[in-house]
Amino acid sequence: MTSVIQIVDLHKSFGQLEVLKGIDLEVRKGEVVCVIGPSGSGKSTLLRCVNRLEAPTSGKILIEGEDITDPDADIDRIRTRIGKVFQSYNLFPHLDVLGNLTVAQIKVLKRSKSEAREIAGDMLERVGVADKASEYPIRLSGGQQQRVAIARALCMNPDMMLFDEPTSSLDPELVGEVLDVMRALARDGMTMIVVTHEMGFAHDVADRVIFLDEGEIVEEGPPQQVLVAPKSDRAIRFLRRVQER
Amino acid sequence: MSMTRRQRSKLGRGILYLVAVAIVAVAVFAADWERIGRNFFNLETARDMLPQVLTVAAKNTVIYAVLSFGIGLVIALILALMRLSPVRPYRAFAIAYIEFFRGLPALVTLILFGFGIPIAFDFRTPGGRVGAAVLGLSVVAGAYLAETIRAGIEAVPRGQREAARSLGMSETRTMFTIVLPQAFRIMIPPLTNEMVLLIKDTSLFFVIGSTPATRELVKFARDFMQGQRNATPLTVIAIVYLLITLPLTYLVRRLEKRTGRGR
Repeated sequence: MTSVIQIVDLHKSFGQLEVLKGIDLEVRKGEVVCVIGPSGSGKSTLLRCVNRLEAPTSGKILIEGEDITDPDADIDRIRTRIGKVFQSYNLFPHLDVLGNLTVAQIKVLKRSKSEAREIAGDMLERVGVADKASEYPIRLSGGQQQRVAIARALCMNPDMMLFDEPTSSLDPELVGEVLDVMRALARDGMTMIVVTHEMGFAHDVADRVIFLDEGEIVEEGPPQQVLVAPKSDRAIRFLRRVQER
Repeated sequence: MSMTRRQRSKLGRGILYLVAVAIVAVAVFAADWERIGRNFFNLETARDMLPQVLTVAAKNTVIYAVLSFGIGLVIALILALMRLSPVRPYRAFAIAYIEFFRGLPALVTLILFGFGIPIAFDFRTPGGRVGAAVLGLSVVAGAYLAETIRAGIEAVPRGQREAARSLGMSETRTMFTIVLPQAFRIMIPPLTNEMVLLIKDTSLFFVIGSTPATRELVKFARDFMQGQRNATPLTVIAIVYLLITLPLTYLVRRLEKRTGRGR
């Protein structure tokens, strides 16, 4: 199998604080990997390293064979192949929904305006907010904003998607609509790494679940194994705490 | 005799009102109204100033302020980007420039540009002395506006930059298509404030010495006072200044209220 993302012995420190202590991870094409773990375990940092929003302290990250830790790597071009969805949506408030979806297509991929608009329309349809194209982000609900953010990433035709706690800032009743979109994406064969606290989603959708704690992968395997029958004490304790809520 | 707390505060407020009324009464009776009227509100003098106070002096004041603001904004944008640059000499230069020109009285810079540099280097700016003064004020404005722009850029949430970079936009592209448009929106109230300050600072141009056609409000009023031996021209230009600055200040307050509510 071809691996789309390959992470080799990744370390990341902020000053004295070592947040990632040697992560090895391979994600194959079409695979959905969910990353769970307590807050401060390094989940977000791991994801931020994958598209180099954070520069690794040491280790290698290969995206479709290209080493992005190489300073000579054309990171802007590689990033167009990695869709990223943030916890706080990060839509551009000065652009309407259509503007949000077309700006990078036009400026980065050099698509024509009409082509970009057409693709944006298709993607809005796909995430179910086609009627909001001319609205500004603040006028949308959190769930709609996050779906627009997913559509914005999809417009670049990425080969993989990174989700950083995509439902954590949503009101509970809006979580479902975002997870449904992600489910559909997974079904269509998108390669995904999802940092999440939604154990139900991880259980149903993930091909593999990774339990991260204190900067290390403590447990890794199919959801049945990691979520239902974890072996390590740390994972058992974490899952018990999560289920108590 | 004991009073309730409410009675006490009522009495206190009553005394304050009484004091105010007394001061106003003394001022009204003691003042020489005839003299004040003759010197500060001489209608004849005021009439003589029209229409030139508006068609020449007020117009020039606004033109100089707008020009200085425009040139200053370009200087400021370059400085702000240098100030935030990862390249240390750029940062150092921007900091030195900003601190230097903010630390000096604007008048010193104006004289430097109006006389010092032209004499030293045999250098002529377009527009003569006034052109040099505009350039000097722009240089000062650039220092102040640079800090405003930097604050605006830093007020744009980091997530905006990260989202843009994640879509494959370069650093520069991100700055110009995502960060700056939002920063300028945040900066509209403080920029308007800077505009008000610049309008007032053009009054410093009177030291540069200008021709009748290039006079701004203060120089115009001073010239007028020399022939008149009364201070009415000051009253007139004060009113003109306020007519320009108050609407802007009011606008700033409205904008601040709106941005405070929005988002």
